[in-house]
Amino acid sequence: MTNAWTDIKNTDLVIVMGGNAAEAHPCGFKWVTEAKHHNGAKLIVVDPRFTRTASVADVYAPVRPGSDIAWLMGVIRYCLKNDKVQWDYVKAYTNATYLIREDFGWSEGLFTGYDEEKRDFDRSSWEYQMDDQGQPLTDPTLTHPRCVWNLLKEHVEVYTPEFVSNLTGTPIDRYLQICGMIGETSAKDKVMTSLYALGWTQHSKGAQNIRGMAMLQLILGNIGLPGGGVNALRGHANIQGLTDIGLLSHMMPGYMNLPTEREPELADWLKARENKPMFPGQTSFWRNTDKFMVSFLKSLWGEKAQAENDWGYGWLPKLDVPYYDILRVFDMMDRGEVNLYICQGFNPLLSFPNRAKLTSALSKLKLLVSIDPLQTETVNFWQDHGIYNDVDPTKIMTEVIELPSTCFAEDDGATVNSGRWLQWHWQAATPPGSAKHDTWIMAQLFLRVKKLYEEEGGANPEPIMSLSWDYHEPENPHPEELAKEMNGRALADLPDPNDPTKAIRKAGELLDNFGQLRADGSTMSGCWIYAGSWTEAGNMMARRDNHDEGGVGTYLGWTFAWPANRRILYNRASCDLQGKPWDPKRKLLEWNGARWEGFDVPDISPTAKPEEVMPFIMNPEGTARLFSRKLLRDGPFPTHMEPWESPIQNPFNKEMRGNPVGRIFPQDLAQLGTSEEFPFVGTSYRLTEHFHYWTKHSKTNAVLQPEFFVEISVELAELRGIRKGGRVRIWNKRGEIWAKAVVTKRIKPLLCDGKEVHVVGVPLHWGFMGAARKGFGPNSLTVFAGDANIDTPESKVFLVNIEPASGDLIA
Amino acid sequence: MTTLAPEPLTAASNPPTQPLESNLLPTDVRRISATAHVPPPTRQLTEVAKLIDVSKCIGCKACQSACIQWNDTHPAVEENVGIYENPHDLTPDMFTLMRFAEWENPETNELEWLIRKDGCMHCEDPGCLKSCPAPGAIVQYTNGVVDFISDNCIGCGYCVKGCPFDVPRIHKTAHVSKKCTLCSDRIAVGQGPACAKACPTQCITFGPKEEMKALAAERVEDLKERGYDNAGLYDPQGVGGTHVMYVLHHADKPSIYSGLPDDPRISPLVEAWKGPAKKLGLMAAGAAFLGSALHGIFAKPNEVSEHEEEEAEELYEDIVHEAPEAAEASGEAAR
Amino acid sequence: MNVNLSRRSFLKLAGAGAAATSLGAMGFGAAEAAVAARVRPFKLVTTTETRSICTYCSVACGIIMYSNGDFKAGEQAELVHIEGDADHPTNRGTLCPKGAALKDFIKSETRTTVPRYREPGGTAWREVSWDFALDKIARHIKDDRDANFVETNDAGVTVNRWTTAGFLAASGGTNETGWLTWKTTRALGLLPLDNQARV
Repeated sequence: MTNAWTDIKNTDLVIVMGGNAAEAHPCGFKWVTEAKHHNGAKLIVVDPRFTRTASVADVYAPVRPGSDIAWLMGVIRYCLKNDKVQWDYVKAYTNATYLIREDFGWSEGLFTGYDEEKRDFDRSSWEYQMDDQGQPLTDPTLTHPRCVWNLLKEHVEVYTPEFVSNLTGTPIDRYLQICGMIGETSAKDKVMTSLYALGWTQHSKGAQNIRGMAMLQLILGNIGLPGGGVNALRGHANIQGLTDIGLLSHMMPGYMNLPTEREPELADWLKARENKPMFPGQTSFWRNTDKFMVSFLKSLWGEKAQAENDWGYGWLPKLDVPYYDILRVFDMMDRGEVNLYICQGFNPLLSFPNRAKLTSALSKLKLLVSIDPLQTETVNFWQDHGIYNDVDPTKIMTEVIELPSTCFAEDDGATVNSGRWLQWHWQAATPPGSAKHDTWIMAQLFLRVKKLYEEEGGANPEPIMSLSWDYHEPENPHPEELAKEMNGRALADLPDPNDPTKAIRKAGELLDNFGQLRADGSTMSGCWIYAGSWTEAGNMMARRDNHDEGGVGTYLGWTFAWPANRRILYNRASCDLQGKPWDPKRKLLEWNGARWEGFDVPDISPTAKPEEVMPFIMNPEGTARLFSRKLLRDGPFPTHMEPWESPIQNPFNKEMRGNPVGRIFPQDLAQLGTSEEFPFVGTSYRLTEHFHYWTKHSKTNAVLQPEFFVEISVELAELRGIRKGGRVRIWNKRGEIWAKAVVTKRIKPLLCDGKEVHVVGVPLHWGFMGAARKGFGPNSLTVFAGDANIDTPESKVFLVNIEPASGDLIA
Repeated sequence: MTTLAPEPLTAASNPPTQPLESNLLPTDVRRISATAHVPPPTRQLTEVAKLIDVSKCIGCKACQSACIQWNDTHPAVEENVGIYENPHDLTPDMFTLMRFAEWENPETNELEWLIRKDGCMHCEDPGCLKSCPAPGAIVQYTNGVVDFISDNCIGCGYCVKGCPFDVPRIHKTAHVSKKCTLCSDRIAVGQGPACAKACPTQCITFGPKEEMKALAAERVEDLKERGYDNAGLYDPQGVGGTHVMYVLHHADKPSIYSGLPDDPRISPLVEAWKGPAKKLGLMAAGAAFLGSALHGIFAKPNEVSEHEEEEAEELYEDIVHEAPEAAEASGEAAR
Repeated sequence: MNVNLSRRSFLKLAGAGAAATSLGAMGFGAAEAAVAARVRPFKLVTTTETRSICTYCSVACGIIMYSNGDFKAGEQAELVHIEGDADHPTNRGTLCPKGAALKDFIKSETRTTVPRYREPGGTAWREVSWDFALDKIARHIKDDRDANFVETNDAGVTVNRWTTAGFLAASGGTNETGWLTWKTTRALGLLPLDNQARV
């Protein structure tokens, strides 16, 4: 989230699209009802199903799964055509005025530079026109035909209301009504907030869905303002934290990329990350990457990291492919290229696509380990549960070990919420049986491997031997020590730049913020964005002052938010070029002539003059990007692409299937179905009564939603002879599942490209373990292909067929 | 000596863990089932109410979850029968239930998903209490809470018949009638009910009834501004008003909310009972009569078997014959 | 009154007693006695409160866990109830249907409680010691890393990577667990590392 849960109360308009906030995040959704009750806010819900969020919406519109880009580009077109633009914001704070290279263009659904063989774009033309100094050329009058604004106008021209309605299935009058409501928030005193989740990410063009909304919010001037923003409602309690700490195959902590083998030395890695400001006087905060990186390497290797050995950079593993994402790894596993797999609090057998392939892959492992407080389906994948897990254990040669770990009630530590608040919690209960903390388990595994290397030698033991392990009780590192390690400390006295005779921090002291980090090895910090979370003043993540200064919901005294305790990102953009709030009634910050003041930590140097330093300090431009240059693989503007499995053809290019630069493995390509064989659009989602695959272990939640079902329209039920509460079979080339049928008026057939499109809703909470009834999940049917930029699987769209099934299932 | 717990003013405060003296006492009771001459309560507690703003409800079932957890009940894991209601009805282990109705508004042609939290309404004029033959099984406090006292309950099921909202449920094995207590144990220590504390959107609020009515008026105004011309408060006067009230977008049509009664009243038979049974001298016998009469009216399956009905009627005859003067006895308890 | 008394037997009792009883005999004393057992004792009295954060979604609601026994004081602590923390700015004491039933997750019958091992082709689990389980995993890690670790690539560049093993990290876990997991897996050279954010 750019903003915080509590900030939603400030909004005038909420759009929930690509998510189902009321069901997946009920207590966060409270702030939507609060905005409606006390701020007169309206709620728009756009979803293939009339969800429980829609039940309290002012306006609901149905949409075909996988058509969101067209829908959003159409709204942008509406705003541009009808002068619903926050002009001052767009001209000053975005790259609307920048000129783009003459050779950039788009036709037949493709941007310039497409190489069909490589399934990739040569992105060199997706760039600004620069002068000799490398400074982009701009046209403040927005009249130049090559400026971003005019290219955007051209790009969205095709997305007329008629085109959008025909493609998405949203009725045209409803679409125009919503466009009108959204357009009104271009006024300086009106703000819209966007709440989205996996309804936008789980697509072959997920990143572009979100880009679409980010661009719209920039055009409306709604980024950085209280009640505004683009708000990713993250899933798990600490999915934000684990992303922050870089537990992704290509990441390091603090949003630094893991080196590739094309960056053999630290200097190579740093050179690609110089991030010089594009214009004089701009901030370009990533310029400090060397400080973050060296401090990080010091946290990893301690004394072993010295300037002479490149701070131990060489010991970091180097990528040969963009990433070893879960699709790639399970594909490798299925080909026998992975021997050992460890799941820590993770149940891939239900959460990854194409379950048949997953079972096949897991069966080829030598060893599978689960570290989990619950008995997962994954760790029991070798068990025969009849149709619910139809395997022959005697033929599965994988060794399996299940390690019991504690759950949140039985440990101390911090989790990071969607609004980036790091909140500490305390152990309340004695763990069951001999369950152990994850930290103890990880330490034990590492120390035992290390001991084997000490005793036997083996493949390069250096990184193992060099890993910093400065814990009071080495066998059992304490959460407090680990938290402090991430915060960082001074390794030598840090001289005060204003008075070198003084030290801002003495050697050994915890750092106050990331501004104190150094690239000379005199500081260490495991995760630079967490600097300030545990200082000499104590554990900032445990703070409990719930006073709301200014009444804008920032709660600066409550726990700690990264970065620097800031609650709304880009908040400098809540003020105009003179530093006055766009809307005086919605004041967050203000320039007092010398400093930024207000109710949030300014997202800019506190003394940066408003007319000089632009708000988007994480970009070298200082401005936000309507045109994203080469950053995304599938285009600098979002363009409509059909899902891998779609009931209709891409209207721009009949030959194009899915995302033209998306990766798909050959055997998975062969398993794609067509709408002739599988005429209905399946989509996956959560229900409010359950949390993923955990709460089926909770008796109460099993009571509230006991059994797997699918949701279909009355019309589809009639078409297929399915009765309410009857059993149905749903299948495609990848698998088949059986479910109860919920027949509802809340799903209606959509009219798209002259065809009636029926949606089959498949919730994801059931398996063969726990207190709820045995069932299936959508992943028996989902496509084993992901987003072109990050390879998040396309779990939100897949083609299926459905028929009535008779008799009771015997497990 | 422990401190006296405060009266509950809101649902949203953290429960105490220190011992507190209950603020819901036997002397706060104003009505007792099958009992005449209830002494006047020593004080009048602030009348409380739970307000359920249906327009804010997201049907998440947090109320059901919190209810199960607080009351330590154990509803069965049922099956899916093609609907969202789970369990499928109120049960002796599920005191509250989200009911879901898909309604196409004929005026707008828009689908509305009307989700209503069902459960005890805590009527000012409680039909359950009036029809209950077991002395002390149902009580009403001066703050409006109608509570079932299982130790005194005989599980006869008359309260089910006497309830205009079809709320109480008989526990098959324990032979007691169960329903929402409005979390009387929480109210006794100054806490709001568990469901109201949990409700994520604060669609359920709890406090003094007058404050809840004022909040409802504010919500009704907001709904009218959003085009719900018939938005209103549901506080049905046929049962003297209730201590659980709804804000409805369509207050002119309560029944579209999964059969919420348009104009709930205690059955005339329960009222009539005051007449013929007046001098009975034994509430239980009167209730037996009532039960049989109601059975004929509602003709729905219940705890009362045909054989038992016959037996009850015989008993009633016997009583009337044996003690004709008792027919003048008071039915004050059911006043 | 005996709660197990059936309605039928009650009716008989009532009938038998009718002649002998009049309402006048049922004074306040009896009424009070009938009501005395009413309100349930407040179940959180004398429990220990521990503040925590819900483990499910990223709203991260504040909760209070009520236990018999104080874990921080070195006692055995048994959870008896969980409720929203009214002081928390986000949830203000509220909880969703998952959060309100957290206790049932913590006390689930399908919690893991002891290390278990399933041998190749085996049809059942067997309980094992921590030492057995950890040593076995460590041996697998060591052997596979030794066999498949790539110190330098074909071009002679130091790459220190290991791709024949994979690790999924828990985004339900703490930052501190995540950090220790990052350190230890990367020190081994592991590249196939992901968490739920990928899916």
